Amino acid sequence: MAIEYLGLSNINGPLVVLEGVQEAFFDEIVEFVVDGNTRKMGRIVELDEDKAVIQVFEGTENMSLTNTHTRLSGHPMEVAVSPDMLGRTFNGIGQPIDGMGSLTSTDKRDVNGLPLNPVRREYPRNYIRTGISAIDGLTTLIRGQKLPIFSGNGLPHDQLAAQIVRQASLGDDSEEKFAIVFGAMGVKHDVADFFRKAFEESGVADHVCMFLNLANDPVVERLITPKVALTVAEYLAFECNMHILVILTDMTSFAEAMREVSSSRGEIPSRKGYPGYLYSELATIYERAGIVEGASGSVTQLPILTMPNDDITHPIPDLTGYITEGQVVLDRSLHGQSVYPPISILPSLSRLMKDGIGKGYTREDHQDLANQLFSAYAKVGEARNLASVIGEDELSPIDKRYLKFGEEFEKRYVGQGPSENRTIQQTLDLGWELLGLLPKEELDRVDTKLIDLYYPQEAEGV
Amino acid sequence: MDSKNTGKIYGINGPVIYLKGKTGFRMSEMVYVGEERLVGEVISLDKDMTTIQVYEETSGLRPGESVETSGSAVSVTLAPGILNNIFDGIERPLDQIAEKGGAFITRGVSVDSLDTEKKWETHLTVSEGDLVHGGTIIAEVPETRAIVHKCMVPPEVEGTVVSVVPDGEYTIQDTLVVIEQANGEKKELSMTQHWPIRVPRPVHHRYSANEPLITGQRILDTMFPIAKGGTAAIPGGFGTGKTMTQHQIAKWANADIIIYIGCGERGNEMTQVLEEFSELVDPRSGNPLMDRTTLIANTSNMPVAAREASIYTGLTLAEYYRDMGYDVAIMADSTSRWAEALRELSGRLEEMPAEEGFPAYLASRLSAFYERAGMMQTLNGGTGSVSIIGAVSPQGGDFSEPVTQNTKRFVRCFWGLDKSLAYARHFPAIHWLTSYSEYLPDLAGWYSDHVSPKFVDYRNRMMTLLNQESSLMEIVKLIGGDVLPDDQKLILEIAKVIRLGFLQQNAFHKDDTCVSMEKQFKMMDVILYLYRKARKLVAMGMPMSVLKAEGIFEKVIAIKYDVPNDNISLLDIYKNDIDDFYNSVIEKNG
Repeated sequence: MAIEYLGLSNINGPLVVLEGVQEAFFDEIVEFVVDGNTRKMGRIVELDEDKAVIQVFEGTENMSLTNTHTRLSGHPMEVAVSPDMLGRTFNGIGQPIDGMGSLTSTDKRDVNGLPLNPVRREYPRNYIRTGISAIDGLTTLIRGQKLPIFSGNGLPHDQLAAQIVRQASLGDDSEEKFAIVFGAMGVKHDVADFFRKAFEESGVADHVCMFLNLANDPVVERLITPKVALTVAEYLAFECNMHILVILTDMTSFAEAMREVSSSRGEIPSRKGYPGYLYSELATIYERAGIVEGASGSVTQLPILTMPNDDITHPIPDLTGYITEGQVVLDRSLHGQSVYPPISILPSLSRLMKDGIGKGYTREDHQDLANQLFSAYAKVGEARNLASVIGEDELSPIDKRYLKFGEEFEKRYVGQGPSENRTIQQTLDLGWELLGLLPKEELDRVDTKLIDLYYPQEAEGV
Repeated sequence: MDSKNTGKIYGINGPVIYLKGKTGFRMSEMVYVGEERLVGEVISLDKDMTTIQVYEETSGLRPGESVETSGSAVSVTLAPGILNNIFDGIERPLDQIAEKGGAFITRGVSVDSLDTEKKWETHLTVSEGDLVHGGTIIAEVPETRAIVHKCMVPPEVEGTVVSVVPDGEYTIQDTLVVIEQANGEKKELSMTQHWPIRVPRPVHHRYSANEPLITGQRILDTMFPIAKGGTAAIPGGFGTGKTMTQHQIAKWANADIIIYIGCGERGNEMTQVLEEFSELVDPRSGNPLMDRTTLIANTSNMPVAAREASIYTGLTLAEYYRDMGYDVAIMADSTSRWAEALRELSGRLEEMPAEEGFPAYLASRLSAFYERAGMMQTLNGGTGSVSIIGAVSPQGGDFSEPVTQNTKRFVRCFWGLDKSLAYARHFPAIHWLTSYSEYLPDLAGWYSDHVSPKFVDYRNRMMTLLNQESSLMEIVKLIGGDVLPDDQKLILEIAKVIRLGFLQQNAFHKDDTCVSMEKQFKMMDVILYLYRKARKLVAMGMPMSVLKAEGIFEKVIAIKYDVPNDNISLLDIYKNDIDDFYNSVIEKNG
């Protein structure tokens, strides 16, 4: 196995071609030594008999056709795993960068993971209280779910993610082991610092395992970062029985990196230049969330992606939405009105919500109340459109009440303090209080029995 | 089997591998790749290059490893044991894979498609001397509590029965019947058949559609019905409820067998179907829904080539049950993932792309898929049907993309899901103005005979009201609703009753989740009766505000919750209520 190959036959962007290789296999990891001192890693992405196309993680700078020694490692991309990884910081391919020495663990895992057999999945039903009304009440986060935050540049998605981490980790059942795996792909130094500080301030820093590929780190490394992070998350969840919250930011950089590599490989592009396998590739990342039968741990994913030009139909958010179990969408105009968190209610959704709320989980009225709030808020939009045409004064009394409801809803229900932690009771009661601004007859999504029980009595005839 | 052809791997590119030189492989033949014997299929042959798509992850394959043919095309095993089971895209039972490989799906697992050890209670239906041909039922096996599996002579086989085993317990591989063919050769028949997935199973002939597939969903059954043996597409952006609609149909449709294909979708969804369908009881037979269901799960993180095959695997299983004389409904969720798998493989093969990178043969593949649906006279003279309901996930929710557009050409039912309805949590979010069903004229006779002669007329009247509403809303958007005359305000009000009280249906409400045709008709009847009476009042000059004050509109909207399914006669009282409302308005304001 210890054959070293001298030189390369081609270098093109992040890809190099090596000829005359023997016994190489698809997806194998290779090591390069450049000028006898710099070490780099790469992955075989295409094989044609004895010709291997290799993706170099650290970038091809300084490599020449003659100064490089290449050695096959004999295994696919692996990462060492151990419970000691919590509290540590690694680079995008899992090497420690916090100056605390290397890991002693010899326990290694293939980062590509394997698809989880649907018959051995456990359907997620336990909700996670985040203390944020817009999420708890309307797009409830469930343990084992993958719920991305669709954001834009300049919106407070990082603050929101940090708040969720802070408040969700202080859940009711503090006996269960909880940890965070943080994977950063192509993020700015400030963002990485923000998260590090947020983790320290909330006292969870020693439960966090960070993988950082910063904006100026090699692009190809980004392709492997989420896989490394999820491999560690799966290990901690299913073998160490911990509840893991994985934060991946920013998925857009990941997809961009894929496009870059794909185009230098000369592949046929599909939509907007992204490769045809973007969906499959995103799916192999997002699908690595869930609960395995028999293990008490879980992997919950909270990926963050910035929608290019705030366009939700752009391929990255679009394909993501088709894979993930809902999405939380942030809105620039709410942000402009200083509403925090600026969650755009209508396009936000949690697919697993229906089975994790209601009687026995949160409260019997939760589902109906949420439906009613969605439906009422959709009408607010219609009333606003009408008002912008004919003027607010000309609106019918009922439309005026909707406007009032919309305003209060955005200010008090969606909006809350960055450190405000509401209980589920508070969130639900607030919802009813706001519905009290509307006449009873307008509540067409709620079972009549629930209206009698929860509709605020004094509100009638406001 | 004749001597096996083998070749050596030359190049690897993702799920596609190349072999150099003439291999003697056949097109669409199943092959075993490498030391781990990964399953693959030959997709292109050339004088000096053979291309193979591999149904499993290819990491770890080396050039030089051998590729061996199986001698037959990629096919499925057909025998008892298919129902109440969950398979991957190439008919490998996920339960057995989990037993062998643990919670994660490892590569190169070799398991039998169906349990070969299990002994089935078998009743033979032929006797010595009988002339049998393709499709003749030779034995009956109670496969689940709900379904009797009819073992048939494979198509293209014909002969005289020379020996039959007595009734008893047999495995799927035991010989049940021996026949002598015309050329004097003897052939042993067991319960098992194999059939290539890309070839439609033969039938006698095709019937035209004349009976609806009743789904218990009002907007489908009443507004846009699909026939047994029909095709329908459900396109919609993410979060609009494609999967929920498919689940609802899979649960409540009056088909005998449901084949649910999860093609490139979420793993949790398959788990949910599996859990939920095992607990839910089929209202018609009283057995768990899983007893009539087969799941094909190729989730989005499973290998892409098998995703492409999963659709055909499901179809072939469906056709097999159709040949027994059953009505089968296929839920394909989602056909866009299948089209994307085609695109991905096409890209790897470096084919010339057509629209949006999809291969040029997308349209012909889609048409071939949907044309395998139909109500058929089977080879044994019975009648069976395959209905296909395919979800489409258009990119960006934009229906002008190639998969939606091409699908539209080949299906006769189009249930367009609408984002704004979904945002307002109006479910099912099927938009009444963009959807259509070409089956309505074909099914009018059935509705008239089995529900009511007035059915189609009522349905059309409701559609007219909804269309009127939409054009009135254009005005309301510009100048507000207050300026409309009262008769137009009434149309808006009645359309609201139709939307909220009839079209909207709550899948989580025990009475509302599935509604019989009789109740659907009576609900329409009540709504239209209310409209007639209210129109009279408006014609007398009564303002809408007076009519609305009586609360009758809300009452009619709540029918769906207030009238339980086992006591539909309660609906008759509503007409009295409407009369009371009519009289009371006249009394107060006359």
